[in-house]
Amino acid sequence: MSTSNENGPVIEFRKVAFRFAGGQELLKELNLQVRRGETLVLLGRSGSGKTTTLKLINDLVAPSEGEVLVEGRATTQWDPIRLRRGIGYVIQDAGLFPHFTVERNVALVPTIEEWPSDRIRKRVSELLQLVGLDAGLANRYPRELSGGQRQRVGVARGLAADPPILLMDEPFGALDPITRAELQREFLALQQRLQKTVVFVTHDLREALLLGTRIALMEAGRLVVALPSREFTKSSDPLVQQYLDAFGARSNGDRT
Amino acid sequence: MNVFQFIVQNHGEVLKLTREHLWMVAASMLLAVLIGIPLGILITRKPGLNKPVLGVANIIQTIPSLALFGFLLPVPWIGARSDRLAILALTLYALLPLIRNTYAGISGVDRSVVEAGRGMGMTDRQLLFQVELPLAQVGWANTFFAESRW
Repeated sequence: MSTSNENGPVIEFRKVAFRFAGGQELLKELNLQVRRGETLVLLGRSGSGKTTTLKLINDLVAPSEGEVLVEGRATTQWDPIRLRRGIGYVIQDAGLFPHFTVERNVALVPTIEEWPSDRIRKRVSELLQLVGLDAGLANRYPRELSGGQRQRVGVARGLAADPPILLMDEPFGALDPITRAELQREFLALQQRLQKTVVFVTHDLREALLLGTRIALMEAGRLVVALPSREFTKSSDPLVQQYLDAFGARSNGDRT
Repeated sequence: MNVFQFIVQNHGEVLKLTREHLWMVAASMLLAVLIGIPLGILITRKPGLNKPVLGVANIIQTIPSLALFGFLLPVPWIGARSDRLAILALTLYALLPLIRNTYAGISGVDRSVVEAGRGMGMTDRQLLFQVELPLAQVGWANTFFAESRW
């Protein structure tokens, strides 16, 4: 993906609304910018519009009003295939292809991008190592893996073609707490090295505070606030307070 | 005279008719697959066509075979030879299960898997051939078992 504006926002929502054909409104008047190299967490309860916001970025849904700019260009102006291949996509339960081996799953984007096969093989083993998976798992099928392993494969697949942007939709939501903590730690270490622009969807406040450089709280299709993680717990916004209360984290600056 | 004696005495005729039967089944199956599977795929892409296509295939299915022959007999080229007639009738009867099971098979593929593929930049064609059709295979196996008519 070409980078036309090094310093401008990588992703920008301009007065975006989204509604279904039936008229039900999922997003209203969304203005938001995502800067290069940051991890922006979209936090909110179920149905608040986080996932829809994420899908607007890779054009899985198109805005009903306003526009979403990626690298300075509206998603509707992009060739959707080119746009999506430049954006890593990791979803809950990994969304792995059950009939593909781990190797073929990870190699998906390089394969459809028609990389030479020896380059693909090299890249796959590099990625498995990067996400902490044994090379011996390459020929296994997703059903033969644990939930944590599947999710690692999902992350490796998202990173395969080295996209500058990574979209993650509750990637660790289906994991047990111990495995989740492990993957969160590894994600932080990985992000420190790779410096991707990440948009991360979660309903878990602790996860948001741990992983996000900025947190955008959403409620009923609206953006409530977007604040650096450090300032988020200090916000006096009633909806933020309500969220902090729900997680028992009201005292200022408390990160656990 | 039991069945075996009959077959032995008329083996030439039995063999000839068996060959004819196999040819008609193979031809009609091929035709039905060539028409039914693309139609089944089409209605997963254009939901508006779903009802009309399945409706027509359903109506064909309800026509008794004797009546269907009655309809087809006057049709110029088709009615001229009995094997053409039989092949067309078998093709028409095979359409509904093929269309329906192709449709059901593809619709039954886990949406999150398809959306993951789409989100990573697979084209519609790649999704169809690499994800939807391979994962819809179970539905197809059912089609062929369901076709006891053959």
